Amino acid sequence: MKNPRFLWSVELVALCFALSVTAPVAQALEDSVVIVTSFPKDLTNAFKQAFEAKHTGVTVEVLNKKTTAGVKFLQETAGNNTTDLFWASAPDAFEVLKGDGLLMKYQLKATGIPELIGSYPIHDPDGYYKGFAGAGYGIMWNERYVKAKQLPVPKEWSDLAKPVYHGHVGMSAPSRSGTTHLTVETVLQGEGWEKGWATWKDIAGNFNTVTERSFGVPDGVNSGQFGIGIVIDFFGLSSKGSGFPVDFVYPSVTTLVPANIGIVNNAPHPQAAGEFIEFLMSGEGQEILLDPKIRRLPIRPDIYAKAPAGFPNPFEDKSIGAAVKFDVDKSKERYNLVNSLFDVMITYRLDDLRAATNAIHKAEAALAKKSNDKAAQLVAEARELVAATPITEAQSLDKDFAAVFKKKRKKATDTLTGRQAEVEAEWDTVIKDNYVKAKAAAEQALSLL
Amino acid sequence: MTFLKRQPRGAAGVAAVLAVFLLVFLVIPVVKVVFVAFQDPASGAFTFVNFIDFFNTPLFRESFANSLYVACMSVVVGSAIALPLSYFTTRFNFGGAVLIQTLGVIPLIMPPFVGAVAMQLLFGANGSVNLLLDQWVGFTIPFMEGLNGVIFVESIHYFPFILINLSAALHNIDRSLEESAQNLGAHGMRLFRRIVFPLAMPGYVAGASLVFLKVFDDLGTPLLLNVNDMLAPQAYLRISSIGISDPMGYVISVILVVFSLLSLWTSFLALRGKDYASVQKGGGGLAKRDLRGGQRAMAYLVVTFVLLIVLSPHVGLSLLSFGTIWSFSELPDGYTLANYQEVFASSSQYITNTLLYAGLAASIDVVFGTAIAYIVWRTGVVGRQWLDYLATGALAIPGVVLGIGYLRTFNEINVPFVDKPLASWWVIIVVALAIRRLPYALRACVAALHQVAVALEEAAENLGATKYRTVRRVVVPLMIGGILAGFITSFATAAVELSATIMLVASESDAPLSYGIYVFMQSAAGRGPGAALGMIAVVIVGVATYLSHRVIERHRRERRETAGDVAPAI
Repeated sequence: MKNPRFLWSVELVALCFALSVTAPVAQALEDSVVIVTSFPKDLTNAFKQAFEAKHTGVTVEVLNKKTTAGVKFLQETAGNNTTDLFWASAPDAFEVLKGDGLLMKYQLKATGIPELIGSYPIHDPDGYYKGFAGAGYGIMWNERYVKAKQLPVPKEWSDLAKPVYHGHVGMSAPSRSGTTHLTVETVLQGEGWEKGWATWKDIAGNFNTVTERSFGVPDGVNSGQFGIGIVIDFFGLSSKGSGFPVDFVYPSVTTLVPANIGIVNNAPHPQAAGEFIEFLMSGEGQEILLDPKIRRLPIRPDIYAKAPAGFPNPFEDKSIGAAVKFDVDKSKERYNLVNSLFDVMITYRLDDLRAATNAIHKAEAALAKKSNDKAAQLVAEARELVAATPITEAQSLDKDFAAVFKKKRKKATDTLTGRQAEVEAEWDTVIKDNYVKAKAAAEQALSLL
Repeated sequence: MTFLKRQPRGAAGVAAVLAVFLLVFLVIPVVKVVFVAFQDPASGAFTFVNFIDFFNTPLFRESFANSLYVACMSVVVGSAIALPLSYFTTRFNFGGAVLIQTLGVIPLIMPPFVGAVAMQLLFGANGSVNLLLDQWVGFTIPFMEGLNGVIFVESIHYFPFILINLSAALHNIDRSLEESAQNLGAHGMRLFRRIVFPLAMPGYVAGASLVFLKVFDDLGTPLLLNVNDMLAPQAYLRISSIGISDPMGYVISVILVVFSLLSLWTSFLALRGKDYASVQKGGGGLAKRDLRGGQRAMAYLVVTFVLLIVLSPHVGLSLLSFGTIWSFSELPDGYTLANYQEVFASSSQYITNTLLYAGLAASIDVVFGTAIAYIVWRTGVVGRQWLDYLATGALAIPGVVLGIGYLRTFNEINVPFVDKPLASWWVIIVVALAIRRLPYALRACVAALHQVAVALEEAAENLGATKYRTVRRVVVPLMIGGILAGFITSFATAAVELSATIMLVASESDAPLSYGIYVFMQSAAGRGPGAALGMIAVVIVGVATYLSHRVIERHRRERRETAGDVAPAI
């Protein structure tokens, strides 16, 4: 037999319980916050400990996935989301998530943070993700290696194209790492499409390797596998901080970009997630960035007073990252296209490119000692063949053409023209042919000298 | 109706269960990911145009040829390493044979990333060996350059597949056949070439086909050497780029699967129409012989040399784990225990998780492997070959694809009681590991079953034993060496799996060792602790392997003793 009074009291208790639980939630934090991040343990642990000490009762659960895997993870789990925050360097990964509607807008409470770092806006103008630290690309080198091989220390991108560095330079591919992409795009914007690609291929002709992941570059330099690497600043600075015999320099054409954090849509713990972001932005959180194993550029100018001597300060030293006015829209328009072009021209045809570059270097060295018009002409031809890109800048910004590389059909009825594989195969044929011809021309020039 | 008798309901039922398992945890998740390979990128219609694109692209054709070349050469070089090791240890009374059998497995456990760093530090263009060469002889050897570098590393890494399977097969050869041959005057090389090696053929083919498949599909080594123009790295690079939805990566995956099945089928053909089973099991294994002084010294020399080469990555790894800074020098600048202290202070859960996951996965693998082998080769269940094809096809599925497929398929399913999506429950990692490592166990079980004569089962059934009892009391005990070999390979390789694991780890407390190494290896300061964690993985697997060898040896001794009791003084 049912006892109505009993039921009623149960309901009352349940209601009280529900009230007592729900009411304070608007103010207090949930008991945990789940973060998917690509950042190393040295960084995440420092913030986890500091945050947990400040907000007792909140557990920070850190899930380490590399950026690409993290993006895929969030896309695949969106239907039953368990993640609160996505925390990674590359702004473009956040753009992808934003485009898929996987991020939630957040209004920052913290004040005193400038609008720009270098010439890049610190926070997403649409309010979906926030920058918490600056990072810029540069050149790192192994001191023992350059000493043993008697190499001069490079200062600018163009230095890396010099024959003396042949086979000594390492870099990751832009399709593998968002920050590498920004470096490539920065040079393309800074020097112009044609000249920019020529610079990249001149440098790439000296590559020892194109690493599969961005950390492969500092790893190679730290080990001495190759001597010079094109890396994001904190890789160089933190390697130095960890005791490796390496050093780092910003070239004048570089751009500073923020490393970001954003709340995932339908986050199970939105309050704690927001509080974590506030903590990152606070003076207390920003100071953690100066740790020798972390070494990222704080976005609060006053924090730099506490930095060790020689620590780069983009808010004082306007030469860092200010030379290029980075055009975000342009970059976004041709994002996949630039990745694909880099892979076709450099990553996958590195052996041919290196052989051609080596032949050109030899011919040029011989030409410097002895003049010969025919040979000079052949070398110039060879350089031109190497530098040639299969498409013009106008084409790269042509929406219809770039769409081949995005290839996201929004609806089942959408149709697109062209296939990426088709276009890439076409490019590949032209490029390989050019490299082979360039090598032949340079060798012919050498035989004349 | 003899056919129906040969096909008892039990076997069909087990086959159905296995088929469902493979369907749910392999086929459906993979199809959910790779169907884009058959989709017109422009309209979404079903098409083969992507495959036409594949063969029209010079880069892909070259990659295909390169992968084929590297896989074949790795089998050749791997055999050259594995043959002497397995022959010496099974054929002769050789001090520390168990030790060699154990150490021989270690190369399979190349922890992700740190293994690569260790190899580069030793054999790289500016590694210890080349720095020393440069200093003393004035030239360097490009061990780690290009396709030959890939063959070098792959052979060192995967020859244990041949070693383990061949040793198991040699152990299973009936001694009386060898003795008969000797009575008829065969000895030395001729005895090996005409009698011993042909009888061990199933084991060798099982091992060699695994090496071929594994190298053909292997991703880690080409990536560590930054060789891009091979199929597996091409697939991986295209699948895992941010925001790119080019179907070519999946097209390559499909081609990898098809090619793996094709090469498997070829290995079937190689064994078809031949009978490797021997009836008598009384004097299991070749007669062990003592070596004369000079021979003994030679044998030791060969074995030591081979072990020195194949264990060098792990020597490098241990130096890395005890070293402070190691950069462009022959050896680390100094030595410390700090890396191990850091690992034990912060990461002990990784170790227990790995033991649990890899142990469970390998157990599932040998149970399923034995069942599939038995159903395929001993019953008439319709479509039974497909179980084998399916299970082996897992070898060719890139871990990333399986991981994404699991997230896509199981994220919406909530596990009762635990109240979590199935995709983020730790058990899913075990399932993924079991699926990925099932082919290893399966090949070992198939090879072991090939050496058990059907007559023995018929005898058991004639004496009134049920099918189940026959399998349990006759077949499995006779297969035990092969089954354990399968367990070891599955366990060892599952302990360092990363590509699917990293997609599926949903909380740090559920993460295994390989994930821990990955996390450490994201920063310059983490290289030492990462190497320490890698060493722990190696030690765990090494100890497990050693223990199982002890178990096999004891088992064998006991059997020999019982056999002696039953048939005294023949």
